[in-house]
Amino acid sequence: MSHSHLLRTSFIPTAPPSLRRVAAVTHIRARTPQIQSKIREIFMPALSSTMTEGKIVSWVKSEGDKLSKGESVVVVESDKADMDVESFYDGYLAAIIVDEGLSAAVGSTIALLAESEEEIAIAQSQKLSSSAPASASASAISSNDAPKAFDETPTPVASSATPAGNAGISNAVVNSGALGSAVHPASEGGKRVVASPYAKKLAKDLGVDLRGVVGSGPNGRVVAKDVEAAASAAKVSGNGGATAVASETTKPSGVELGSVVPFTTMQSAVSRNMVESLAVPTFRVGYTITTDALDALYKKIKSKGVTMTALLAKATALALVKHPVVNSSCRDGKSFTYNSQINIAVAVAIDGGLITPVLQDADKVDIYSLSRKWKELVDKARAKQLQPNEYNMGTFTVSNLGMFGVDRFDAILPPGTGAIMAVGASQPTLVGTKDGRIGLKNQMQVNVTADHRVIYGADLAAFLQTLSKIIEDPKDLTF
Amino acid sequence: MFINTAMFLVRTPNGLKTAIIEGDVVGGTCVNRGCVPSKALLAVSGRMRELQNEHHMKSFGLQVAAAGYDRQGVADHANNLASKIRSNLTNSLKALGVDILTGVGTILGPQTLKYGKGGSGGTAITAKDIIIATGSVPLVPKGIEVDGKSVITSDHALKLEYVPDWIAIVGSGYIGLEFSDVYTALGSEVTFIEALDQLMPGFDPEIGKLAQRVLINPRKIDYHTGVFASKITPAKDGKPVQIELIDAKTKEPKDVLEVDAALIATGRAPFTQGLGLENINVQTQRGFIPVDERMRVIDANGKLVPRLYCIGDANGKMMLAHAASAQGISVVEQVSGKDHVLNHLSIPAACFTHPEISMVGLTEPQAREKAEKEGFEVSVAKTSFKANTKALAENEGEGLAKLIYRPDNGEILGVHIFGLHAADLIHEASNAIAMGTRIQEIKFAVHAHPTLSEVLDELFKSAKVKVTSSPVAEPVSV
Repeated sequence: MSHSHLLRTSFIPTAPPSLRRVAAVTHIRARTPQIQSKIREIFMPALSSTMTEGKIVSWVKSEGDKLSKGESVVVVESDKADMDVESFYDGYLAAIIVDEGLSAAVGSTIALLAESEEEIAIAQSQKLSSSAPASASASAISSNDAPKAFDETPTPVASSATPAGNAGISNAVVNSGALGSAVHPASEGGKRVVASPYAKKLAKDLGVDLRGVVGSGPNGRVVAKDVEAAASAAKVSGNGGATAVASETTKPSGVELGSVVPFTTMQSAVSRNMVESLAVPTFRVGYTITTDALDALYKKIKSKGVTMTALLAKATALALVKHPVVNSSCRDGKSFTYNSQINIAVAVAIDGGLITPVLQDADKVDIYSLSRKWKELVDKARAKQLQPNEYNMGTFTVSNLGMFGVDRFDAILPPGTGAIMAVGASQPTLVGTKDGRIGLKNQMQVNVTADHRVIYGADLAAFLQTLSKIIEDPKDLTF
Repeated sequence: MFINTAMFLVRTPNGLKTAIIEGDVVGGTCVNRGCVPSKALLAVSGRMRELQNEHHMKSFGLQVAAAGYDRQGVADHANNLASKIRSNLTNSLKALGVDILTGVGTILGPQTLKYGKGGSGGTAITAKDIIIATGSVPLVPKGIEVDGKSVITSDHALKLEYVPDWIAIVGSGYIGLEFSDVYTALGSEVTFIEALDQLMPGFDPEIGKLAQRVLINPRKIDYHTGVFASKITPAKDGKPVQIELIDAKTKEPKDVLEVDAALIATGRAPFTQGLGLENINVQTQRGFIPVDERMRVIDANGKLVPRLYCIGDANGKMMLAHAASAQGISVVEQVSGKDHVLNHLSIPAACFTHPEISMVGLTEPQAREKAEKEGFEVSVAKTSFKANTKALAENEGEGLAKLIYRPDNGEILGVHIFGLHAADLIHEASNAIAMGTRIQEIKFAVHAHPTLSEVLDELFKSAKVKVTSSPVAEPVSV
């Protein structure tokens, strides 16, 4: 099956178990403000069935104004006339994201509404943080990226995250661009910025700090072409920084090409385990599971802190309850060791390595506690503070590469366990339905690698069948 | 004195004998330092803007090589036009038998005045009726030093002696706005300095907002509002013009601007000094001559000075050329024996930016205030130029027309238009107001298609009036 790869899968683990990436730290950090305060988004409405994009004609209310439900907030241009758009909530217009004269896609956020006046400030910082990471394209790299050199004001979100060495490059860029000598008669020795109106407009649009621009106009004033020159200079160094940082995604930090670097302890352990697994006779069974129901459930309960990882772990655990042999292992080469607990280990990539924090008794713990526990484990893993019992006691392992668009892969069986399940991305797929029609369903491929000394083909197939049934009808997952 | 009055004078059956005392040049401000040259410059700026708008040209499928201008050529267009109209006017007046007496006029007493070089000399004459129409001059607030080169008023600006890179315009009313249109089209950058909290304070706020979005935001213009320019020092010895800004309310210093030139467009002051008003016991109020609704001059005791009238900017009722003209016609009617009171609410006003702005009657806030006081309902009908075929054909769909009316009886309270040819389109509305036509009567009138006038047709048709019109007259078969 060759499908276009989705870069975003419906499975959004907070700790993607890819090799050597610390992707999600900033995701969590960037979203923290949203969870805490009640900031609502005002969306671009569809004023007709064919409208895909709308232009803001004018904001009836300004930032800081009180809004009542039903009151006109903004005038949006449709093809026939300009229409008033009303607010659905009471509150305050906290932040305008899309300004007058600009367009936005239908459904995109055009403003933020805060329920109380205090939350207006939170919304304002959210506005800054949501616009800044947009420029940090590529993958989510730790925040102080080179593109931020453009911003005049560092965002609160960005400054709080820990620079991971990459920031060294970007800081240098920022400093070199900043405060170029503003020594000319008009500015009284750099205290005031004298810039022409067009220069000021350009600076705003291009995100250039006027204080750092040297003026070439009469009496040293900053004119438009000075701003343009400054912007392209920043872009060049910014791009340099960005590409340097981007290339970090392909190599671990501090990698020198052409050099020989010995394994760290963790890497040695991983290597050892992988070699050991060669001694085990393994086979693989794949299965395609429809995830529409699971996606819908996830959407419903994700506001309560539930993650996709937790849902998958729970589903797997419930399936293992019915097929205990899949939860067994062959420790000594001549017997089944049936485990008393179902502990789902989930593979997590961390800086320079791979680790498998374990969700103990995943079949017995409710989904919400499971999610909370998972978050805890991930944070500890990142901080390299996992205790041995938190990563050694797994009885069944789950590895997810779906967030990279991988549709299926074979995982290597960790020693001491009977099976490992590799999960691929969930993608919309054309299927033939029971009534002879063609439909579109979200489907993911899972592939289980198992030790044939204890788990036989039929066992594994049956387990997968059960798992697929649970995922396709997930009502039992939420208790 | 504006030309229409003179024409009217002689057309009356009584054929009044007329003389004009002119202390400067025939035609006054309008012809020489106002309407005429400014429209000439705006015609240039409008074309310049269009030709330079590559995007706009491309949308028509046109390619225009880099458009440029010759400053002297542009200045000549304005000056030549002023001269031409001035001489046409002089000739018309002469042809009508109007005497042009050169000199400064001074009133000596009722129906007596003299003209001459001013001071004690001069020739005394008597007249049955006297009309004061001395107009106004640019107002220069104190603290501002005008040198005619780097700190200028509209008088100097219209000569277009040079085009500065960066000019600060003090005042964002229609004069300042029109000049910003001219200067930005010719390549300058503009900074507005406005004392009130929003730009274009005289316009209907909705129109003002749209005008700001189209005329200011996308152009090389920025602004400071809520500030006074407390001190302006002209450029000298290589230093630029210095403008000190203070907060309008607290009077605290706010900023200092350094620009290449400053245009003072804070309004016009009436020119009423040296007229001898004290001889007839008339006191000016802030320079304006007090008059009643028939333009008759009122003296310091509140009594009408017999046979003395004052029209135009000098009385301050509505400082527009055509208002002065209308007031003049009203006076002539009275002088010829027919009573006449001018309805100022039917006088339209226009601002000749690109796109143009025009209005007649009340703004929405004014209408709502009146409605609250007098207890009637106010409704507003709006339409966009985007719905007009002709506007779209010209790729000038950016525009808004607004009708403020009384839904109970269909009375038109105000019409505001912002868009292509707004200044020409407003007259349908101003005519209706002048004649007391109601919406339910006018909405069946047919407008040619495709024309911009259909914008107004849309307004009238979309108004929801609770009264239907009376039966129409006999239809004419074709």
